[in-house]
Amino acid sequence: MHLAQLNVAYLLAPLDSPLLAEFVALLEPVNLLSDSSPGFVWRLKGGPDPTDTVQHHYGDELVINFSVWESREALWNFVYRSRHLAVLQRRREWFQRVAVPYSVMWWVPEGEPPTLTEGMARLDRLRAEGPGPEAFTFKDFYDPVSV
Amino acid sequence: MDSDEAVALLGDPVRRELYRFVVGRGRAVGRAEAAEATGVARGLAAFHLDKLVDAGLLTAEFKRLGERTGPGSGRPAKVYRRSGAEHLVSLPPRDYRTVALILAEVVDLLGGDELAEEAARRAGRKLAAGASGPVRETLARQGYEPYEEDGVLRLRNCPFHVLAGEHPLLVCSMNLSLCQGLLDGAEGVTARLDPRPGECCVVISKNNKN
Repeated sequence: MHLAQLNVAYLLAPLDSPLLAEFVALLEPVNLLSDSSPGFVWRLKGGPDPTDTVQHHYGDELVINFSVWESREALWNFVYRSRHLAVLQRRREWFQRVAVPYSVMWWVPEGEPPTLTEGMARLDRLRAEGPGPEAFTFKDFYDPVSV
Repeated sequence: MDSDEAVALLGDPVRRELYRFVVGRGRAVGRAEAAEATGVARGLAAFHLDKLVDAGLLTAEFKRLGERTGPGSGRPAKVYRRSGAEHLVSLPPRDYRTVALILAEVVDLLGGDELAEEAARRAGRKLAAGASGPVRETLARQGYEPYEEDGVLRLRNCPFHVLAGEHPLLVCSMNLSLCQGLLDGAEGVTARLDPRPGECCVVISKNNKN
């Protein structure tokens, strides 16, 4: 099984505004870092350019990051143990504070990338019911259920 | 084995020396290398290293040390590295970890990370004020295990490992602020985030001279 993660962030201003300029400038290096990280499997891309953001119909203020990894450790090492951490640390400059979970994980069969609709449903589930084997977080993590 | 028993094993000076040597290398170390560095016979080093494995202070694995592979390259050598297990000994018993984990969760819930970073910076300044000597020594005293690589000071050990595992964003940001506070009085050096798997998230670099 592979680990899918959906991450949403609510922008403080439109992507083409000066406030977001540094964030937009970091999209390319961070995406290149993600895609070359050990254990990276797949990422939903907005287009061929590394700066293309995911297109969706959940509102213009929402920036989406959706990826699949070989393991918890692989995803953890990219998110918190790489140059990505310093970008994450600046999140308050670009994104709203949210009181609800903005990130969800679940296990997917290898070779079957999940859909964004499914991811958003998992996030809703996490927000409504709290963490469980179908929708969880790093802090409340669930190992894959063997079938 | 209890933590106090494990730690008591380090009372033997040869064993303690070997333990410190392995930990200080930051990678797997063979018996011959450890014996040579500490000036004891290889057999004795092996005996003590295996004792440290039994106690859970080191872990052992087998690895080919030479370049050669295939027939004639010999058996893989037994190599040692620091175990990921934590041993806390406090007499009388104290438990600051549980309280720290609870407080970290509260900071998260309150969205108080910026205040936590400010407090960490003040704490760092206070630690620096009470310390003397070079930055590297202060960091070593705080348990960071600094070492130099490519002109920057990297920190091998995360003193807040368990907390950073539960609340990485909060704790790594606080740690950066703490280190910046520690360096506030020091000239020409900057603390910044540059994490790697298995190490502290902060590195200390010399400022570019213009």
